[in-house]
Amino acid sequence: MSLKAFHLIFVTLLISLAFGCAAWAFNNGRPGWGVAAIATGILVILYGVYFLKKLKKISYL
Amino acid sequence: MDIPYTVHNRPDTGIYNAKLGIWLFLASEVMLFGGLFSAYVLLRAGAEPGMWPHGWLDVRLGTINTLLLALSAITTLLAWAACKVREFGKFKFFHGCTILLALTFLGIKSYEYHDKFIHYEIALNDGTFVDGHLKEKSADFDLKKKTGTVTLHGRVVQDRKELMDLRMPAAQAAVLEEHVIQAADIKKMQNYGPWHNTFTAIYFTMTGLHALHILGGTLVIFYLWGPGSRMWKTDPERFTNRIEVSGLFWHFVDLVWIFLFPVMYLT
Repeated sequence: MSLKAFHLIFVTLLISLAFGCAAWAFNNGRPGWGVAAIATGILVILYGVYFLKKLKKISYL
Repeated sequence: MDIPYTVHNRPDTGIYNAKLGIWLFLASEVMLFGGLFSAYVLLRAGAEPGMWPHGWLDVRLGTINTLLLALSAITTLLAWAACKVREFGKFKFFHGCTILLALTFLGIKSYEYHDKFIHYEIALNDGTFVDGHLKEKSADFDLKKKTGTVTLHGRVVQDRKELMDLRMPAAQAAVLEEHVIQAADIKKMQNYGPWHNTFTAIYFTMTGLHALHILGGTLVIFYLWGPGSRMWKTDPERFTNRIEVSGLFWHFVDLVWIFLFPVMYLT
């Protein structure tokens, strides 16, 4: 598995963490944190799309 | 004699040798951290009701550290991508950013540790507890001889259980004041180091081991960024593979933090 594939796994987990943190924040009465976490999650998704386009030619192995 | 398969893939494994080596190493690391996460689950499940701490760690600092490591994973990948397209200047810039982000992470972690080491819980002879940060110890303070005073900035509670969940409204609303305590009134005095309870023990063990991995990874990345980058002139493909291998290790360390952060700071 190349760094590209591992980075993809990392980005996927980071997105899960961001939305998980948002759920935690809303449950714990911190709506501002929740919105920030959702915004971070969306930013990471956008980064993931950019990274996949940028490294299109590099192998996953 | 050259070391075989440092650049080209080995026919039987399909990858170059260093990549196989780092994946075997990471497999052993998964077992190491997996064992510690299992220990955490067992300690937490086995804790007496109401005696597992909540809200003892600063979520803001944990969040900043999470963002720093996430950014460092991105800069590591971009440094490798820069090597792939033969842009050495960009590689230097991105890996320099990785080093700075890692050092900032370690600085914040050190601050968190320091905060725990100056945080004390004092059991008094009258059965109450004073909990707070150490402000001052008188020159003649000696717990064994029962002389002198110690000053804490914190609060007094009647039951130790009140100190366990700092997310509760009562704990949030508590007014912190300075308390001057006579050594003669102290039954037991202990800071929030690894010896304090099972939570601090597993917290320091897991985050300490993780921080050591960050330190080790930073040293390797610094070597590749500095003196080790001379290889770029003689064997750029092999150098690029070295960057990939160090990047795989760095991603693993970041991945561990993605699990550590919610487990330690949010639950």
